[in-house]
Amino acid sequence: MFAYVIRRILYAVPILIGVNLITFMLFFMVNTPDDMARAQLGAKQVTPALIQSWKEEKGYDKPLFVNTGAEGLERVTDTLFFKESLKLFQFDFGTSDANRDIASDIKERMMPSLAIALPTFLIALVTNISLALLLVLFRGSVLDMGMMVVAVMIMSVSGLFYIIAGQVLFSKLWHWVPISGFASGWEGVKFIILPVLIGVFAGMGAGVRWYRSIFLEQINQDYVRTARAKGLSEIRVLFGHVLKNGMLPILTGVVVIIPSLFMGSLIMESFFGIPGLGSYTIDAINAQDFAIVKAMVFLGSVLYIAGLILTDISYTLFDPRVKL
Amino acid sequence: MILTPLWTDLMVWALVLGATVGGWFAARSLRTRRQWHNIFRSGTAMASAIVLLFYLFFTLLDSVHFRTVSEMPGTKSEQVVYAPMQSLLDLLLAHNLKNSERTYSAPFATHEYAKSIVVDADGETRQAYLPLKHVSGESSPVKRTLTALLTGLGMSILGIMFHIWCCSRERFKTVLIKRLRGEDTLPWRTAYLTFSVLLLLFTWLYVMSFDYHVLGTDKVGGDVLYQSIKSIRTGVLIGILTTLIMLPVAVLLGVSAGLFGGWVDDAIQYLYTTLSSIPGVLLIAAGVLVMQVMMDGHPEWFASTLERSDLRLLFLILILGITSWTGLCRLIRAETLKISQIEFVTAAKAFGVGKLTIIRRHIVPNLMHIILISVVLDFSGLVLAEAVLSYVGVGVDPTMYSWGNMINQARLEMAREPMVWWSLFSAFVFMFILVLAANLLSDRIQKVLDPRNSL
Repeated sequence: MFAYVIRRILYAVPILIGVNLITFMLFFMVNTPDDMARAQLGAKQVTPALIQSWKEEKGYDKPLFVNTGAEGLERVTDTLFFKESLKLFQFDFGTSDANRDIASDIKERMMPSLAIALPTFLIALVTNISLALLLVLFRGSVLDMGMMVVAVMIMSVSGLFYIIAGQVLFSKLWHWVPISGFASGWEGVKFIILPVLIGVFAGMGAGVRWYRSIFLEQINQDYVRTARAKGLSEIRVLFGHVLKNGMLPILTGVVVIIPSLFMGSLIMESFFGIPGLGSYTIDAINAQDFAIVKAMVFLGSVLYIAGLILTDISYTLFDPRVKL
Repeated sequence: MILTPLWTDLMVWALVLGATVGGWFAARSLRTRRQWHNIFRSGTAMASAIVLLFYLFFTLLDSVHFRTVSEMPGTKSEQVVYAPMQSLLDLLLAHNLKNSERTYSAPFATHEYAKSIVVDADGETRQAYLPLKHVSGESSPVKRTLTALLTGLGMSILGIMFHIWCCSRERFKTVLIKRLRGEDTLPWRTAYLTFSVLLLLFTWLYVMSFDYHVLGTDKVGGDVLYQSIKSIRTGVLIGILTTLIMLPVAVLLGVSAGLFGGWVDDAIQYLYTTLSSIPGVLLIAAGVLVMQVMMDGHPEWFASTLERSDLRLLFLILILGITSWTGLCRLIRAETLKISQIEFVTAAKAFGVGKLTIIRRHIVPNLMHIILISVVLDFSGLVLAEAVLSYVGVGVDPTMYSWGNMINQARLEMAREPMVWWSLFSAFVFMFILVLAANLLSDRIQKVLDPRNSL
């Protein structure tokens, strides 16, 4: 298994190089260093010499992909693309336009993001699976059909509506929780309750429908009939057999997003004023801070690939047939 | 009057034309006709389809842009002055565009929402609610409502009679009685009911909009009903044109990966794994940021704000298309792999049938259900995504009418006491109805077309 993990990590390298290539093309070829210099220095008093010195200062004066003036390996390594990629691979994200170190900003903002994303994820997982099992237990009944209609409705409402409605009801009218803000430790609980609840509710429609379809696929299998024939109660059939066998498709969809929880939620965090990575990204987008957006794109794909590897490992834990 | 089609206008009409021709070809196959018949046997699916057609109707009305020549007094006849670009929908709602107020007003209000300072005749200043400029309040709302409902009813009865008269060969009376009793194989009764309700609702809103601001006005006094209806085009366009762009790419790459295998497969898999490993919103945001810089650098690409916002919409659709083809491509690759192992493909290969013919005759027809399901499913997702993207600041142009922009602007007024709720409410309701209809229809399509469900 150890060898397998190593192999997967090595396999991730070309994908990350590809990600770098895409971001590089987006940020450097369409928006060339000359354009950046002009935007940074202001459009009016720009002379070619000023642009040149700005590019030298930032290290942007090198050729893009192939350095024809250099010898041997230097032809590839002494280029803008190589230097930029190397920096990202070492998690050296450079400084933002406001001259702050991006890597330390990210470290600082990871925890608040996680404080929202992790509880939302866990509570949603438990409630959605339990509700789906309940519906499968009463499948075909009025309860099942009614809940399915409700689920489609929940799915069809824009997520922004839940946030705005939640803030108006719970904070503005009833004053149960503060409207936005964040604090660390136990003080912070009152700030994260509302975003977590809203996050769980907004995802409930799609979630319950998905889990229900997984369980319904299992319930028509032969082993379920055998289990019933053995005289097991329907509850034990559901928890002991259907849930266990439904684990594989569930893991495929769920484990992959666990590392990405660090990235936080863009919308939630900016509505509730949480100083996490989501609001960091939004601020960067609004300020057109390319360095931060680039760092977040790279970080996001690293975490996604980590999620894919974790998914494969989790199979071995839940399915004895899978061996790595 | 001169037609001045925007880029997205051309695309949407090309899509309508393509869909009609494609539908005509598909309808020649008995199996396809039966499947569609089966889909619409459900009343929900029928009602959803009617709702979607209503939205599509407004989109198409709003996708015919033209300029009218306005004769300026005193200018020579050779100098032609063009009025700004308009669409057919603007013509229909011209009074709403003209009747803008000063600031906020609630739905059906006769006075402004907030007090303003006025100076009396005797020089005293006081605060008062100013009356709205374009609300007369002369004709009674009840009478207006009755007229509107009667007109709507008449129109819907005419429409239904026209449909029965056109589309059935039996005697008119027998068909009518059969439909009213709900004895058809297709739920025409539900369809007529939905049609009438929608038509009644719209006529009522339209007639009342001459006297009132039915859904209130926004910060600068613009009519919210007008904005909501204009936003339909943006939402629907993002939903359908994105799919139009990504579909050929996804199908082409997916089928080649599944069928040819080897290095082609490896390359395509690498491509979509790389693209899908970047978080969607970030990739879109990065794309839009770059696009903004590009558009700022090339002001010669557009002549007016309308063209500018249209170009931006076009780029946004392109970016959304580039980021969203990977999921469908993966599905199609897997399905192609499965199909190419089945005997009829092996047999075709043994007979020496060419690869292109195999793709056209055997593979693509068997992929149709996956493609169709994902088109309808993606549609609702994209309509919702538009609102979120506009909020993040990477959506459509801020000057463009869209539900996302409406929500975004109204959100800033949440702190007001009492709340300005009507902009938010209208945007959410218009969006909800569209997305709900699309979701219900896609459920039904999935149920009928997905082979796993028919077993």
